Amino acid sequence: MNGDDIIISVQNLRVSFRLDKQTVVEALKGVSFDIPRNSTVALVGESGSGKSVSSLAILGLLPKENALVAPESRILYQGRDLLRTSQSELRQLRGRDFAMIFQEPMSSLNPVFTVGKQIGEVLRVHKGMNARQAKARTIELLDEVGIPEPQRRYDAYPFQLSGGQQQRVMIAMAIACEPKLLIADEPTTALDVTIQKQIIDLVGALQKRRGLSVLWITHDLAVVGEIADRVIVMRHGVVRESGDAKEVFAHPKDDYTCALIQCRPPLDRRPRRLPVIDDYLNGACLPAAEEMQRGTSDSDETVLEVRGLCKYFVSHEGLFGKRITRAVDNVSFAMPRGKTVGLVGESGSGKSTVGLTIMRLHQADGGEVLFRGKNLLELSPRAQMEYKRHIQIIFQNPYASLNPRFVVGDILTEPMRLHGIGVNEAEREKMAAALLDRVGLPVMSLRKYPHEFSGGQRQRIAIARALTLKPEVLICDESVSALDVSVQAQVLNLLQDLQDEFRMSYLFISHDLAVIKYFSDRVVVMNGGEIVETADPDEIYRNPREPYTQRLLASIPRGLPAL
Amino acid sequence: MSAAGQSAGLWQLAWRRLIADRVAVVSMVVVGLFLLLMIASGLNLIAANWSEEVAVGYAPPSFVGAAKKTAANAPRQADNGPNAYPGTVKDPLATEIAELRRQLDGGVTTSSEADLELGDLKVVDPLAKEMAEILGTTTVAARHELADTLPFGADKWGRDVIKKTVKGSETSIFVGLTAALLATIIGTVLGAFAGYYGGRIDDFFNWFYNVFTAIPYMLLILAIAAVLNQRGVTAVVLILGLTGWTGIYRLVRAEYMKHKSREYVQAADAIGASNRRRMFVHIFPNISHVSLVQLSVNAVGFIKSEVILSFLGFGVPVDKVSWGSMLNEAQNELILGYWWQLAAATLAMALLVTAFSMFTDALRDALDPKIK
Repeated sequence: MNGDDIIISVQNLRVSFRLDKQTVVEALKGVSFDIPRNSTVALVGESGSGKSVSSLAILGLLPKENALVAPESRILYQGRDLLRTSQSELRQLRGRDFAMIFQEPMSSLNPVFTVGKQIGEVLRVHKGMNARQAKARTIELLDEVGIPEPQRRYDAYPFQLSGGQQQRVMIAMAIACEPKLLIADEPTTALDVTIQKQIIDLVGALQKRRGLSVLWITHDLAVVGEIADRVIVMRHGVVRESGDAKEVFAHPKDDYTCALIQCRPPLDRRPRRLPVIDDYLNGACLPAAEEMQRGTSDSDETVLEVRGLCKYFVSHEGLFGKRITRAVDNVSFAMPRGKTVGLVGESGSGKSTVGLTIMRLHQADGGEVLFRGKNLLELSPRAQMEYKRHIQIIFQNPYASLNPRFVVGDILTEPMRLHGIGVNEAEREKMAAALLDRVGLPVMSLRKYPHEFSGGQRQRIAIARALTLKPEVLICDESVSALDVSVQAQVLNLLQDLQDEFRMSYLFISHDLAVIKYFSDRVVVMNGGEIVETADPDEIYRNPREPYTQRLLASIPRGLPAL
Repeated sequence: MSAAGQSAGLWQLAWRRLIADRVAVVSMVVVGLFLLLMIASGLNLIAANWSEEVAVGYAPPSFVGAAKKTAANAPRQADNGPNAYPGTVKDPLATEIAELRRQLDGGVTTSSEADLELGDLKVVDPLAKEMAEILGTTTVAARHELADTLPFGADKWGRDVIKKTVKGSETSIFVGLTAALLATIIGTVLGAFAGYYGGRIDDFFNWFYNVFTAIPYMLLILAIAAVLNQRGVTAVVLILGLTGWTGIYRLVRAEYMKHKSREYVQAADAIGASNRRRMFVHIFPNISHVSLVQLSVNAVGFIKSEVILSFLGFGVPVDKVSWGSMLNEAQNELILGYWWQLAAATLAMALLVTAFSMFTDALRDALDPKIK
């Protein structure tokens, strides 16, 4: 590759952040990579790898107050060093030559201006167009990014568009000034798989048509395989491996890359345990472990049965108007003992509402939830208390589901205290310590607060809290979705071990078909509050009957080679 | 993390951020000094004798120098009117008593019977004890010469302005803090119920809140004062506390509405925690920083409000002194050019209010470092 083919060259980039007077954290420890002209480079890493910091450094958007850039660092663009360019010049470059799209389109668009106005503003400021020209060009752009009826959408406000359309608007705004480099920071992470697929295709098409360079930042290797020409794998502020995408996937040289590829649940196989990062960093790439059999049989004992569950949300419109949203409509399924029922669907499909309604965290509007022959939905709050022990829930976001003012010890002993488990505080504490040990955390964690733990560790605490009551049914509401892939593998392994040990039944709710396929004995596909299809996981994967399921399956990124 | 394994909670982290902030430390020291002053004054360790007359009326501050004996204060030495200077007090009954004694001693005796009866009689001056006291004090006062100047001057009755200010701080800070505490408790509890339960309970409290805020503030104060029908520190605290809860109510209500659907509260519900437990054990520690900052904001506001109340005549009674009553007195003095009482009260109040406000800001930053 000769120098003319490279648009940006990052050389020995070192960035640290000053947290307070004493603490300085090194985010990038000498990172070097090149972005070639007319190609897509993927920057892959888990949280804390420094991938976002790298992109902010290129754009000159590092926070001035506490970011320290080492003097030997260079970011070369057209012969000049971006780290030593004045702010006003950088601002011009950012509009004209570089553009960025973000993870959350809703929070990146200004809610009080129409999308047409927001795109038009970019054109007028950077291209010097007048209002009429800007409008014409904006409509062209909206058309180019695949927004239907661009004439009409020009006057739409961001909230009137769906998440996918908002992201398209962001992309239209980014390409408005024909940038040379487009930085996409996890642009599809907040979107459903079917939408993710569309956005990936769109950016790929734009890149080819316009000859852009794209720096695609993501944690998901599967997405990378679909779109990237080159891959840079980062961890803890260091580039672990970089090279041609196909080459890296086919013959990963670095243990960490190897681990990242392996620890995603595979679609075509089902190892008993998912490999985790430590397995690789301790030894070389390990062969996959034994396969596990999934599926339900008629002889399975039913623990919990949901019959015709309904939950409506009523929103008031105008003075007397009412609109009823059927979040959950006539949903029925049975949960066999010791098995996992996977509930999969896109956002708005009502899958989480099912979990919350079974727990009676939402009041149901119809149907029955039968547990040991009793309908849980009819119990008085007092009578329900006894059943709360048997059905527990683990939430999606481990940062939100633990009370930040409680130490872990209190978090774990509180449920036991409320349900009269254990004779005294000392015994409860002993049980809590044993549970912590069981989920793989040191016993001294009892006196720590949640904010001192990482996301994966917090999710383990949340699991331990649910286990204190020895439930028979555990509802996992997107419980691994917010975690890094390697941590996801660890938590899935833990959940599987616990299921084998305690014979619990799981209701595993997720938008991620790959995880559901790997983890469930039976899959329930939901869309628009209704069940679309219920089937064996392998069956669903091999021959999906319903068109919706087929569409869902087709959208799963398959960038990874089957190793 | 310490060796014992006990690690810093969010409160401890907030405290560490607070003491790392120079402004916070300085303002905390100032507020702390004022609090010490208030406590010492309350225990009568200092300024216990604030009401004693130690100087001539309106004695100016030392750095200004003694006033010339002007017409305003010199003639009062001479006249014996109701405002007469104490050295010249005369016993108003003296002549009558003397006349009676004279009649008894060399008196006209009419009969032996009368003699017998009158033999045991003595003329007793019924007010002798009181008179002696009055004469006694005036003689003590007269004994040491009244000062012409004081470090920061004297008021109309010759009382030391510095001591008055110190004694005034006792009332003002006490009123400010207790009224703020009362308002915060009312606002937090009502806000918690309204925000947590929502629905009809929320409607009811909102209706109550709206009625309350619809009444003009001054009218409300007058109404509550009329209902309480008493004057004094308790009345002032009640007036301020009962009218000042509205702002906290709205903030706390909004916080509870936000927190009640958070996952950690749902998780508490899932493990079987009761409503009350979720409200006060789970949610309250997470929103208490709002109440704490509001407590501090209100304390500042109420110290200022006490001044207005005193100005309107609803303040502390005359036998007490507060910064408000000092400022109230000062409005007449200022016309005569006696500015020091106003200056002392204003200076003390400005210092405390500024320090308190800065402390409040630092407290908010420390408790919620994301906002900054």
